Amino acid sequence: MRSWMTNSNPKKRPVKPPRKAAQTILLCAAIFALLGAGDPATRFTELGHQLMCVCGCNQILLECNHIGCPDSDGMRNELMASLTRGDNDSLVEQGFVQKYGPTVLAAPTNAGFDRAAWIMPFAALIFGFGLVVLVIRSWKNRPAPAIAHGLRPVRGAELEQFRDQARNETDL
Amino acid sequence: MAEIGSFALLLALALSVYSFLAGIIALAFQNQVSQNQVSQNQVSQKVARQAVQPGSHPARRAGFAASSHENSLAALLRQGSERIGETARRAGIATFAAVVLAAVILVVCAFRDDFSIAYILHHSNRDLPGPYKFAVLWSGQEGSLLFWSLLLAAYGFVLRLRYKTDPRLFAYASVVLAGVQIFFLSLLNFAAHPFAIVQGTIPADGNGLNPLLQYPEMVIHPPMLYLGYVGFTVPFAFALGALIMKYPGEKWIHITRRWTMVTWAFLTCGVFLGAHWAYSVLGWGGYWGWDPVENASLMPWLTGTAFLHSVMMQEKRGMLKMWNMWLVFATFWLAILGTFLTRSGIISSVHAFAQSSIGDWFAWFLGITLAVFVFFFFKNKSHLVSEHKLESLVSRESSFLFNNLLFVLLCFTVLWGTWFPKISELVQGNKVTVGAPFYNRVAIPVALLLLILTAIGPLLAWRKTSIESLKRNFLWPVIGAIAIAVVLMITPQSWGSAFGLKPWRDISYFYSLMAIALAVLVTLTVASEFYRGGRVISKHTGQGMFASMVQLTHRNTRRYGGYIVHFGVVVVIIGFAGAAFNQDKEQEMGYGDKMTIGSYTLVCRSYTQDDNPNYGSEWAVVDVYKGGKKIDTMTPVREFYKASRQASTKPDIRSTFKEDLYLVYEGQNEKGQPVIKAHLNALVTWIWMGVWIILGGTVLALVPNAPAPVRIPAPARLERAHAAPVTTGD
Repeated sequence: MRSWMTNSNPKKRPVKPPRKAAQTILLCAAIFALLGAGDPATRFTELGHQLMCVCGCNQILLECNHIGCPDSDGMRNELMASLTRGDNDSLVEQGFVQKYGPTVLAAPTNAGFDRAAWIMPFAALIFGFGLVVLVIRSWKNRPAPAIAHGLRPVRGAELEQFRDQARNETDL
Repeated sequence: MAEIGSFALLLALALSVYSFLAGIIALAFQNQVSQNQVSQNQVSQKVARQAVQPGSHPARRAGFAASSHENSLAALLRQGSERIGETARRAGIATFAAVVLAAVILVVCAFRDDFSIAYILHHSNRDLPGPYKFAVLWSGQEGSLLFWSLLLAAYGFVLRLRYKTDPRLFAYASVVLAGVQIFFLSLLNFAAHPFAIVQGTIPADGNGLNPLLQYPEMVIHPPMLYLGYVGFTVPFAFALGALIMKYPGEKWIHITRRWTMVTWAFLTCGVFLGAHWAYSVLGWGGYWGWDPVENASLMPWLTGTAFLHSVMMQEKRGMLKMWNMWLVFATFWLAILGTFLTRSGIISSVHAFAQSSIGDWFAWFLGITLAVFVFFFFKNKSHLVSEHKLESLVSRESSFLFNNLLFVLLCFTVLWGTWFPKISELVQGNKVTVGAPFYNRVAIPVALLLLILTAIGPLLAWRKTSIESLKRNFLWPVIGAIAIAVVLMITPQSWGSAFGLKPWRDISYFYSLMAIALAVLVTLTVASEFYRGGRVISKHTGQGMFASMVQLTHRNTRRYGGYIVHFGVVVVIIGFAGAAFNQDKEQEMGYGDKMTIGSYTLVCRSYTQDDNPNYGSEWAVVDVYKGGKKIDTMTPVREFYKASRQASTKPDIRSTFKEDLYLVYEGQNEKGQPVIKAHLNALVTWIWMGVWIILGGTVLALVPNAPAPVRIPAPARLERAHAAPVTTGD
């Protein structure tokens, strides 16, 4: 049996085990994420939670709860009809946007300026994270504060010894 | 009555203006006097030395006399400025009395059904029950602004009574409070007058209170929320005061922290009461809809929570002084911004007040406060420089920095999502909706990161933590959390909502599993902190473990109260995680019709109507069966309020630890049969339980520490018997 670590074709770059493992994990994750996605009932629930009722109640389509709502029943029927026709998610959403306007979508899309809505929080996270790292580094590189006359700073092994003593005495 | 109310408001405004101006004059004089005194003291000491020398020149003696005269003038000036300051303080106290009078008059008018006052006409009616007539005070635009002003005056009253804690700092804070009060009283007097008189014929009955507000919690929810919003003015006043006067030391932060904790507790209570009200009244089966008004209450809560953490850095290590200033300011500013969002109509919301011109007033006020703060910050920021060094990346300091980053990021995300529809309209000409799917996708991962930090943070020591000790303290909690997660994954779904969780089936399951596992991790780290501390005391005192843990908590209430708050938060998070397992079903139900949801079978026993002077109602009587056995009877109601001509649903909720059975009477079909919507909401009770734990922990953290016993050698004991008690640190 040929080992998966050997490669019969010397010209081909060998696939390293970690990369292969990562690919396998990614594939598994994708499969798991897509499991059940094709089920019409699941799709109805998912898409129904990505659309808003347009009656002015400001509620998610499937959560609009008032009897006599002029819109929600019709919209739910339209959604079901689209799914029965076999429209994909994007087509269903486009149909709703064309009929009711962009506010029918419960969240911004991934196109045009709407993308900014999604990018901004993550950009802020990266920026903030970078900033915190910079702050920590600058604090760490600060010179040690001056010590009053007659006092000797405790460092290195001696400090560790005191820390161990404190830990032993407090069990912390 | 209306005339007295209007007069009281005008008087309150005049007193506030006096308190503000006289306060500024007194502080300016005091500053001048103390500056002069410093230089004067140096000069007079020199002159005095020369004058008292034997045989000194008469001119020198005259100089000494002049210097003494200047000293007495300075003393007079100081005395005068102190008197002006005192009148400013008393004017601030009197403002409270005047605003109370105005508020009492408005409530009395509501009870007397005085429909000559437009506010009472629009928000009350004759048959409105008594408690709701009281709640009329905060049910509309003008009344709620009066209520805001009343609470601000009440906070100011307490602050001005406690001025002896630090007269100078309190004088500055009092001036800042008076400035904010002037804004609200100006609004009341000139833009949103609660005592405006109805023009023309006075109707026989009022328009009634909004039906959604006719619910017992609505008598508590707005006061709690407002106590939170308004309360953040006090920490801001102290912070700005400390910034202006270049307050030496960290005492102001000790004073501010206690005010912030009280305010934070009120806001927490207000936010969750709002969530509970939405759950119990709105009838859509949820408790949080990411509505702009809900977001408005969440934003100051997030920055306030960040401040409560980072303030420890300043207290313990003298770090983050500038950042804390900004956090206090941001919290105050966001509370006002929330009010601006609610009142201006700039962002559409289901429960915002009517659109009015007062939005412009708020915009100006926000601009002015920002400008004032920025001015003094840049003027005096050199005073806020910290010099401490960070010893290690793995330390409590680093964890607080990341904690603050995540809180502020969450706040930014909510702010961004709230404003994005408006921004989109400005940029691309059309509005978009930013609803729950956006927040769930963006905020949940950040919240999970915060949970991780909540678990790690308490295990990190100040300055430096060895990886070894971190491993030692963290190992068992991690094993416990992983074990629970595995159990939740492999158990059959029939065991209950949170069991049989397959994270690969749906992203919401993945988030729920993560949330529960991290909640367990936090709980175990908190428990281990109590256990290890208790064990140390038990070993030294020979007490039992529970008594030792109680003593431990009492010795450092702030630290262990904080841990209890963390535990409360994870209980709330478990409640949120339950949302992934919610189910609902809707059905028309005639006599004897059945509906099955989860393990429950619902049978419609009857449906009927009722009528009382305030509203008419339709309701269904539904028997609840589980395992073939009748366990309850539920009565969801739909009410139609006569005065306001509006309908409202009042769901009936049967709560257990596992799930809530939530029935909504949605209306009638064409045959006159009720349409019932049943929701099975998992773990919701945990949310309300967690809030009680959070509040309990906060109250505990406010209790002063008990002094720790000090071991003193026998001979020294008598000498030191009167020494001050030693308290433990955080």
